[in-house]
Amino acid sequence: MLQADLNVILPEIVLAIYAMLALVGAVYTGKDKLTAPLTWVTAAVFVLLGLWIAGRDVADLAFGGSFHADGFAKFAKVAVLFSAAAVLVMGQDYLARRKVTNFEYPVLVALSVLGMMVMVSAGDLIVLYMGLELMSLALYVVASMRRDSIKSTESGLKYFVLGSLSSGMLLYGASLVYGFSGTTLFSGIIQAAEDGRAPLGLLFGVVFMIAGMSFKVSAVPFHMWTPDVYEGAPTPITAFFATAPKVAAMALFARVTHSAFGGIVADWQQIIALIAVLSMFLGSIAAIGQTNIKRLMAYSSITHMGFALMGLAAGTAFGVQAMLIYMAIYVVMNIGVFAFILTMERDGQPVTDISSLKMYSTAYPGRALALLILMFSLAGVPPLVGFFGKFYVLRAAYDAGLIWLAVLGVVASVIGAFYYLRIVYFMYFGEAEEPLDKPKGAILWGFLMASAAIMLLGVVNLFGIEGMAQAASLALVN
Amino acid sequence: MSNLLSIVTFMPAIAAVILGVFLRGEDKAAQRNAKWVALIATTLTFLVSLFILAGFDPADTGMQFVEERDWLLGLQYKMGVDGISVLFVLLTTFIMPLTIWSSWEVKTRVKEYMMAFLLLETLMLGVFMALDLVLFYLFFEASLIPMFLIIGIWGGKNRIYASFKFFLYTFLGSVLMLVAMVAMFADAGTTDIPTLMTHEFSSSPVTVLGMTITGGMQTLLFVAFFASFAVKMPMWPVHTWLPDAHVQAPTAGSVILAAILLKMGGYGFLRFSLPMFPVGADVMSTFILAISAIAIVYTSLVALVQEDMKKLIAYSSVAHMGYVTMGIFSANQQGLDGAIFQMLSHGFISGALFLCVGVIYDRMHTREIDAYGGLVNRMPAYAMIFMFFTMANVGLPGTSGFIGEFLTLVGVFQVNTWIALIAASGVILSASYALFLYRRVVMGDLIKESLRSITDMKAREKWIFAPLVAMTLLLGVYPSLVMDIIGPSVGVLVDNHETALAAADRLGDTGATVAASH
Repeated sequence: MLQADLNVILPEIVLAIYAMLALVGAVYTGKDKLTAPLTWVTAAVFVLLGLWIAGRDVADLAFGGSFHADGFAKFAKVAVLFSAAAVLVMGQDYLARRKVTNFEYPVLVALSVLGMMVMVSAGDLIVLYMGLELMSLALYVVASMRRDSIKSTESGLKYFVLGSLSSGMLLYGASLVYGFSGTTLFSGIIQAAEDGRAPLGLLFGVVFMIAGMSFKVSAVPFHMWTPDVYEGAPTPITAFFATAPKVAAMALFARVTHSAFGGIVADWQQIIALIAVLSMFLGSIAAIGQTNIKRLMAYSSITHMGFALMGLAAGTAFGVQAMLIYMAIYVVMNIGVFAFILTMERDGQPVTDISSLKMYSTAYPGRALALLILMFSLAGVPPLVGFFGKFYVLRAAYDAGLIWLAVLGVVASVIGAFYYLRIVYFMYFGEAEEPLDKPKGAILWGFLMASAAIMLLGVVNLFGIEGMAQAASLALVN
Repeated sequence: MSNLLSIVTFMPAIAAVILGVFLRGEDKAAQRNAKWVALIATTLTFLVSLFILAGFDPADTGMQFVEERDWLLGLQYKMGVDGISVLFVLLTTFIMPLTIWSSWEVKTRVKEYMMAFLLLETLMLGVFMALDLVLFYLFFEASLIPMFLIIGIWGGKNRIYASFKFFLYTFLGSVLMLVAMVAMFADAGTTDIPTLMTHEFSSSPVTVLGMTITGGMQTLLFVAFFASFAVKMPMWPVHTWLPDAHVQAPTAGSVILAAILLKMGGYGFLRFSLPMFPVGADVMSTFILAISAIAIVYTSLVALVQEDMKKLIAYSSVAHMGYVTMGIFSANQQGLDGAIFQMLSHGFISGALFLCVGVIYDRMHTREIDAYGGLVNRMPAYAMIFMFFTMANVGLPGTSGFIGEFLTLVGVFQVNTWIALIAASGVILSASYALFLYRRVVMGDLIKESLRSITDMKAREKWIFAPLVAMTLLLGVYPSLVMDIIGPSVGVLVDNHETALAAADRLGDTGATVAASH
């Protein structure tokens, strides 16, 4: 029995052992000299694990139901692992040139990814919290990786203080849920709240848990940390924040709302719908005034989380499917955009002011075109893939009777289109200025172009992600 | 050939990709190559599209040349044409080579310019051929991207304001249509346009925010689609983006905008609003006829006081589109025939007028009416051609402009005499502003010093106008060419519309008086 259980969590065990070995090994040998190879190896481990998990066929449940290894967890884990690998590889050169060569970076990323893998598989409040904290603690440290930079330190501290607060709220909610249902197992909680009549204390717990998780996905009104952390952290780390943890947190959101509180959809639906609307509008409106592209991407991600939550608010299997598709598309777009941001330099120093992109298209037409495609995709203009993400969540919201949510969502997307267009405007319509440095790095070029190509060619069949997301959502909601 | 439509649609896009991938450099030779590739590609597209016309059977009122493939989420890649759409396809392929040819003097970023126009052609053709809701939306919305770039990169002084206004205005209009499409998809379970035309959306009254909506879901869907198409047309009072976009766009952009992009709105009304939501259309028709009449009179008056030639023609376009919406929502054979005819004819005439402005703009780099005067002395050929299209714009019998205006007026007269009366006054107003413009620009003595050395049109410029003159005259004296093709399909559309209204017990009633009968 134990052996079967251990077999289910074998990928997690492998990653944990790898992270510890890497840490110990690097400490006793080359230390920071090993950072570059260690980064590549870690990325390779992520990719291999991702492929392995995708191809693995194991029992859905382990440890008496406190660990799910179902199709949903599989989808989320593969997305997390691949995006983390991509971001690690992308940022390596940038960090090396900025002399941020701590070998702890890949190790911490590996640990946080391990946390994400655990939390998307959680079938129990304790497992959930363990995974969440493992992820968060590693991220706090990563955010302040540039110890000599005040902004980086500030962002790490801010993230830590607010993050602990939200963890506290989540924990408080979890204890209420435990108190009123008598169990920490999701399968037990869902029975306690069956036939739609949940005790008031349990609902109280649900609200607190949603608040805690909203913090992790940076949904309004728990978004305040996002722009500062995005701006302060070194760009490769910002890219990491924008991708893997968002997918994992959103997957956790879906896991908790459906596995534990699937019986009381009506009770949390309105909360999530409201959070979604606020996120979409605040993200769209606040981004208009931003001049720093990293802050702009922070608000952009708040908006996108709003859209993904719109799918979740539907409270149906299709809603979860829409959310997963949305997140997968979101991650690919963000990897592309950050691959671009990483190349923005003037005189060897990173530039984040969007007005520095003036007439970028005359100097580097290929890259400008790729970013143009990504911007229109982020804005959700067809035929780019970003549109399909929106189409799926709109359909999910409509089917669930949340027509007002769908209407508000599309209105927000028009407001949001403005600031994406503004970047296009700088690149194509502006007056000439001193151009940015010649972009370095074939890898970044590759990621940017691949991401733009996916946005363009995905119109054919979304690379088959629809079927995978459907299988994943059916595994979660039944 | 079973995939003729896809070939026609994607030929320009393939040419754009070829330009993008293989053409390098910004020197003279590269610019020349870009122009020739674009011209050859659009001309070939036109020639191939003639096969569509040749193989088209007007007596068959269903969809022809249908292609069907499964796509995501139960959507389809489905293309086809019927009597209503086939001529818009031809209009697009016909106008495109002329606009490319008219941009022969473009100097900056020629490759990108040609790519944008080629992509735009693919998207416009897709709009007229798509037989799946979401596919239609895809083409419809995507056409904003190249047009945004065309205005923003190659436009005039105030191009940035105009391009943003153009994009956001039309984007806001069409996202509401997207929600309506999602609703239709959920309600009917399919996005297939021919199926949706036969699907009956509920028309029993519903209450939204305390208001009772006559015509129920149909009216709501109609309004959502209306938001999109009315902005695109554009109808008064949501037309304000058009003068800005027209004035700032380069000549070729204005031509495409006036000749084809505006027609996408009218086509949308014919393809979606009228056949799919007959009750909704009927509920709203009086309102739409009224604002169409206002549009005709109001924008004509506004056109009268313009100082900028392009702005004047832009307002005249809005007025002419007023006839189109009026014809469409009179919902009878003459009205619809007239509306389609008016759209096609306006495609030739307004396109030509913008080219006329382009000709003198290329020489003097100003569009101020006051900067001109007495051009006839130096540019007799130009004066002749400009005269011809001014007359066509006024709706002189013998030109295609007359047929469309006359038929739409006949159509609306049967529905609402007062509207017809008001709209008919627009004929006089259009004569005043068009002739006023012509007199100030072309007639009189040549007293402006700067115009002394202006040269008449070159051979290339003359040849661009030749096909447009020919089409305007041909359709003016022999409208059956068009009527024979659109007639049967329009007939079916009208029949279905009346059957649906009879079923909903609305025939003979106007306005909201019958709400209680449900």
